[in-house]
Amino acid sequence: MRRTTRARLAANAALLLTAAAFAIPLVWLLLASVDTEADLRVRVPSSLTADNFDAVLTDEITFTPMLNSLLLCGGATLLTVVCAVLAAYPLSRHHSRWGRPYLLTILFTTCLPITAVMVPVYGLFVQVNLIDTMYGTGLFLATSQLPFSIWLMKNFMDGVPVVLEEAAWTDGASSLQTLTRVVLPLMGPGLTVVTIYTFIQLWGNFFVPFMLILSPEQLPASVSIFSFFGNYGSVIYGQLAAFSILYSAPVLVLYMLIARRLGGGFALGGAVKG
Amino acid sequence: MSATGTGWWRWVPLAPATILLLLFLAGPIGYCVWIAFTNTQLTGASGSDFVGLDNFRRAFADDDFRNAVWLTLVFTFVSAVVGQNTLGLALAGLMRAASRPVRTLTGTLVITAWVLPEIVAAFLLYTFFRREGTLNAVLDWLHLPSQNWLFTLPILAVSFANVWRGTAFSMLIYSAALAEIPRDITEAAEVDGASGPRRVWHITLPMIRRSIGTNLMLNTLSTLSVFGLIWAMTRGGPGSRSQTLPVFMYDQAFLKSLIGYGTAVALLLLLVGSLFSIVYLRLMRVEV
Repeated sequence: MRRTTRARLAANAALLLTAAAFAIPLVWLLLASVDTEADLRVRVPSSLTADNFDAVLTDEITFTPMLNSLLLCGGATLLTVVCAVLAAYPLSRHHSRWGRPYLLTILFTTCLPITAVMVPVYGLFVQVNLIDTMYGTGLFLATSQLPFSIWLMKNFMDGVPVVLEEAAWTDGASSLQTLTRVVLPLMGPGLTVVTIYTFIQLWGNFFVPFMLILSPEQLPASVSIFSFFGNYGSVIYGQLAAFSILYSAPVLVLYMLIARRLGGGFALGGAVKG
Repeated sequence: MSATGTGWWRWVPLAPATILLLLFLAGPIGYCVWIAFTNTQLTGASGSDFVGLDNFRRAFADDDFRNAVWLTLVFTFVSAVVGQNTLGLALAGLMRAASRPVRTLTGTLVITAWVLPEIVAAFLLYTFFRREGTLNAVLDWLHLPSQNWLFTLPILAVSFANVWRGTAFSMLIYSAALAEIPRDITEAAEVDGASGPRRVWHITLPMIRRSIGTNLMLNTLSTLSVFGLIWAMTRGGPGSRSQTLPVFMYDQAFLKSLIGYGTAVALLLLLVGSLFSIVYLRLMRVEV
């Protein structure tokens, strides 16, 4: 057994070294946020302070952008999930020669680099007057997440046995009733995963609102952080760190919720195994 | 066959999603194909003529474009193919041998880097690589030469940033793949006297080869479209020394107002992406 002990020690050492490398930027974030004289290096603050948080907790810096993010990403997530549930139901339950090509197209679309579409989207949005509107941007954000959400949702729905629905049909329930009363309650965890995953993706999205929203009072946090702190000339690093923590906290908490529920490889199970 | 009979109306629920996808995804892609063959500019609304392949000819003759293609290749190869993929596989493998607290700690840190919003990750790594930043502090402490990373090696700095941010994905895929290898196979090889590295090369890697293919494709596709990370760290600079294709596209279309030219570059990116997608679909041999 000595060989396995040695192997374990070596593995531990290698992992700890990697963990340290991954931790350094995160440690900077935590320490700088409570340090009034924070600079670019990791260092232990001479005294702890909440001044940085106080300074950024204003309407202009934190509350308005976060509210915009919530409206934009929350609305888009809702739209994505509703459309994905509706689309996944016939794809999962009915068989027709259109089902397979449709799903293959969806899967193909999940892989397209959305970044590349942004120049034409900007051009189109200018022409149809959707540029600089929250709902236009929300519609595009929802669409950008739709392919993957449909794909995930369909896979989760396949896991719900059809027998129960057949019982409901025999009792005279309509398709919509069956979907909302029988299928959705049974795929609760799947629905939660798709919802939270979509929201996390949208919350962190920078390029889409960066291109499509122009007026400062409508900017979500992902872009406002860039315009407030992006001019590197006179950045107050402590405040930047404090705001980054406030902005990242919601997605970290949401991720912990689904990670605990379904184990690490959640989103990938469906995508990778096909 | 379901109990509700047959009929087109059963497919009606597909409509909202399909309409959204057609309007906001297929529409722009179609528009992209059209605009790429015109000389549309942001300023001067009248100037929009069909110019055929001019934009593409111009691109292939443009030194800045070739520079962007080269940097995109370097960025993708260093950060996705070598960095994320290899480090993810190594971490997943080591985690199977390591003790539980170490495994949890490493996993949590790597995944946190992945879940953080792109722009926060970019700021963190910007501070890490700056001349006054932590990397140089560590190098000083080890008595190694320090330098201004974002100026001397900007493309490597953003590549490492992408590794920091994206490795968790590969780690999760490989953890799942390694967990599915039956234990008796590795044990049999051990009994036959195969050494550690030979076991990995002849047994583990062939058994997870489909995961490796899938992971390489997905890493490449997501790395091809990285914009925010590079934009926030270097804005493609200094000069154009970290200007990958998405940054080049943005620069041409908006800062230089050449929408037609920028769109042609976008179309090329889309084509490369589609090619990878098709290979990916074939690799997965999806049964839907």
